[in-house]
Amino acid sequence: MTAPTILTRRTAIVAGAAAGLAMPFIARAQPAAIKLGLIHPVTGAVAAAGNRCRFAGQMAVTDINAAGGIKSMGGARIDPLLGDAQGRPEIAVSLVDQMAEAGALGFTGCFASAIGLAATQAAAKYNIPFCIDSGITDAMTTRGLKNVYRLFPNATSTTTDALAALDQINKKAGSPAKTAVIVHEDSEFGTSSAKLQAAALPGIGITVKELIPHATPTRDFTNIVLRIKQAAPDIVVITNYENEYVLLARTLVQQRVPLVATFSIAGGGFNLKFAKEAPTVVENMMDFNHWYNPKDPRALGFRKRIEDAGQVFTWEYLFGYFAVRLMADAWERAGSADKDKTIAALAESTFSDHWLPYGPTKFTNGQNSGCHAVALQFQNADMKVIWPDAFADAPAVYPRPKV
Amino acid sequence: MSEILAAALVNGLLTGGVYALVALGLTLIYGVLHIVNFAHGALLMVGMFGAWMLATHLGLSPYAAVPVMTLAMFGFGWALYRFVIGRVSRGEDRALLLATLGVSIVLENAALIAFSGDMRQLQTDLTFAVWEMGPLLLSVPRLISFAVAVAMAGLLWALMSRTDTGRAIRAVAREPEGARLMGIRPDRMFALAYGIGVACLGAAACLLLPTFYVSPNVGDTFVLVAFTIVVLGGMGSFPGALIGGLLIGVTESLGGLLLGESLGPICISVVFIAVLLLRPTGLFGAAR
Amino acid sequence: MRLRLSALASVALASVALASVALTPFALSSQFLVNLATLTAFSAFIGQAWNISGGFGGLTSFGHAAYFGVGAYVAALITTRTGLSPWLAFPAAACLGAATGGVIGFASFRAGLRGSYFALVTLAFAEAFRVIANSAGFTSGGLGIHLPLRPGIAALQFQDRRLSYALVLALLGLATAIALQLRRGRFGARLIALRENEDAARALGIDVVRVKTTALALSGALTALGGVVYAQTYLYIDPGIAFGTERSVEMLLVCMIGGAGTVLGPILGAILLHAIADTARLWIDLPGVAPMLYGVVLLIAVWLLPGGVVALRTRLDRG
Repeated sequence: MTAPTILTRRTAIVAGAAAGLAMPFIARAQPAAIKLGLIHPVTGAVAAAGNRCRFAGQMAVTDINAAGGIKSMGGARIDPLLGDAQGRPEIAVSLVDQMAEAGALGFTGCFASAIGLAATQAAAKYNIPFCIDSGITDAMTTRGLKNVYRLFPNATSTTTDALAALDQINKKAGSPAKTAVIVHEDSEFGTSSAKLQAAALPGIGITVKELIPHATPTRDFTNIVLRIKQAAPDIVVITNYENEYVLLARTLVQQRVPLVATFSIAGGGFNLKFAKEAPTVVENMMDFNHWYNPKDPRALGFRKRIEDAGQVFTWEYLFGYFAVRLMADAWERAGSADKDKTIAALAESTFSDHWLPYGPTKFTNGQNSGCHAVALQFQNADMKVIWPDAFADAPAVYPRPKV
Repeated sequence: MSEILAAALVNGLLTGGVYALVALGLTLIYGVLHIVNFAHGALLMVGMFGAWMLATHLGLSPYAAVPVMTLAMFGFGWALYRFVIGRVSRGEDRALLLATLGVSIVLENAALIAFSGDMRQLQTDLTFAVWEMGPLLLSVPRLISFAVAVAMAGLLWALMSRTDTGRAIRAVAREPEGARLMGIRPDRMFALAYGIGVACLGAAACLLLPTFYVSPNVGDTFVLVAFTIVVLGGMGSFPGALIGGLLIGVTESLGGLLLGESLGPICISVVFIAVLLLRPTGLFGAAR
Repeated sequence: MRLRLSALASVALASVALASVALTPFALSSQFLVNLATLTAFSAFIGQAWNISGGFGGLTSFGHAAYFGVGAYVAALITTRTGLSPWLAFPAAACLGAATGGVIGFASFRAGLRGSYFALVTLAFAEAFRVIANSAGFTSGGLGIHLPLRPGIAALQFQDRRLSYALVLALLGLATAIALQLRRGRFGARLIALRENEDAARALGIDVVRVKTTALALSGALTALGGVVYAQTYLYIDPGIAFGTERSVEMLLVCMIGGAGTVLGPILGAILLHAIADTARLWIDLPGVAPMLYGVVLLIAVWLLPGGVVALRTRLDRG
């Protein structure tokens, strides 16, 4: 288990690149290691999240190899190839080429949607299967690429489920929320989600009083909060990235805006680090996001491993980890790392050896149609699942108690 | 509407104070070296991580850290110019530009290695403190940075126009050859000016931290705004940077309110372009 | 005479060397290496485009992303909103890029902006374009534009990386031919005279605003072609990708490191910078270390090569 993966990887890359070999020599006696490319932006603007995905992906590889590799292939080990896309689509494409020629038989990645779109399309040229670990845009799997699979919810299904969750939580408490203001960042991520929110909220009895898009970065949220204060909604629905999420949440507290709840959809800053740094701000904030099944002890063990490594646990770890496990599961089912066989295995896969809050996978055009996000809430500075009931480990504190 | 307009105006002034803090050092460097200091954002980030470390490891409040960071950043800036930027560029304009660009790439990635890409925030006792003015809740940390920005502009002005060092720096800025004949070494003065400019960032970083966040890329957030202010106020003018900062703060705030927070930022670019095209010396710059 | 012969010989030698370097990728079977060559040639191309105004004219611009973005959006809009062939994006982008450069140039040069003042105004224009693209309806705002995946030469989407390389190489050839013409022709002579001494040039009767504006328009047109290639290759653009500062910095860096105002400068600069960046990326995978080394090497290059890689030859000759 202590094989110097980095060394072999480098040698392979150099050999592949220099000689332009399509495939490395495959030895017969021992099952050859299966090369898996992990492409993430680990430097640049989204470096933090990219690093988490990579970290968890490497963890999954270690776990699989420690448990005896791919058993149907005689215990073949997975050899990870790491690539830094630096937040630039052109580098992601270059990495796909480089790894494909070094013999990569599968890819996971890429956190950011723009990078993922470029990388999946490049991998399609080689017909190499690609498991998206993050990158929420629907387009990733709707472009007709046969090699792309996403275990996790896309933008549309996340927002649709989020509104169902909000509706149920609200009705259960006697519908204290009747009006909302939507605040979203103005690139693809926030805009597409806000459109769906604005269309669906009236259907669950919540009037949208105002829709406030903002740029990334926005340095000061006081004006936006003053507008919210003037509109006096019951809830604020937020869709933006980490920096702006934190600034907005703090400004809402500072300007003493009375709200029934704040509800975010894949809120960039809704994480345990924020809770640790500003416990009073986050208390009772709600988010709709990807998470583990808190009733599964393996999930808690996984979180502890991340925390023991000195990291703050976030959902990106789940993405990075299970994208690799899904790929390994397909190899296991196919009994081969042949590209066509692996893609066929992925398409029919019923991967269920996970502790995510949903059942076995069922792919429709590359998108797992059985997956759902959950509603989360900060309670005593810890993150609790509050919806759906089947996975909830705490009841919702809703409406927020008056201070 | 009038109430929210008034609020936006006041809020713009307060934000403008923060911008002025960041721009003061830049206008000094610009006024003396006549270069676009691409490393300004990265140096602000270094200052913010410094203040963050002092707070998390030594428990030193960012406000108490102001003198420490000002001194530390002065030393850092001085050494950076003396041993890296000045040497690499030999004082040549284009090379200076590339050198500051190279320094910013190195600093941002060094921070990424040292601190990872995570954003950090610091909650102090004052983070949520507000001062009630009628219906308005004014952020106390913002008021403090506003006051410091005014004081710092005054100090810099006094330093540059009332002390021998200041006069020497200005002489070098205007007539490097003439100054050399007077026995002033231009490269020494450039390093000193760079150090003072970076020292201002040290103070700015401390005052910014309680209401903002820090990450390796945080500097990028302020760079364009700072350049706009420097040009608007007139390169090298401290009162100009102060008033330019306030004007830009208000422009951004009202622009965001009237045009929406998405299109609002265009006001900054438009002001920037208009000033350059119509009055490139800025509001307070001497004709060149 | 001896000097002239040796100059001729070195030009011939350089041409042969460059031509063989440029043609090698066609013989490679590694898509990865072909792609690296394409990326390098692409940097050289947009660097050469920057060089037309920034190098020969001395008009240092921080905002060439404005033209790049215009080209990218023209391609994206033609592909997604009209039934026209994406190839038409090339002439359309060239025209709009030239118009953009012309307007920005005319406004700035009439106001007498020079040096860092001009540099900053271009930065502000690029930023204004980004904000407009981010909030306007016809650009889909911050959503960006997805170009449909339709592999095929008619749709300007190449399956074979060698075709992409050939296209970029052709564009680089075009830009380099223009640069050569500047070195030889009358327009170029005026432009260079302006760079060296604007007042003297004016006294000689050169229409300063006109010459500078023309140079910027030419540069803008070429840069916009680069935007078309980008959009058609990566099939997704948003305001940040199209108008972001990184692109402007890449262009000026490639040109300045290689040697601004020389025909070979951007090409050598692109080769050097890509060699550094890609080698660092290949061998080091600790986050941040490779880009940091890139910054360090950049500083060393500025230190050791004032005047760019091109100046190395002159220095060797002298030494």
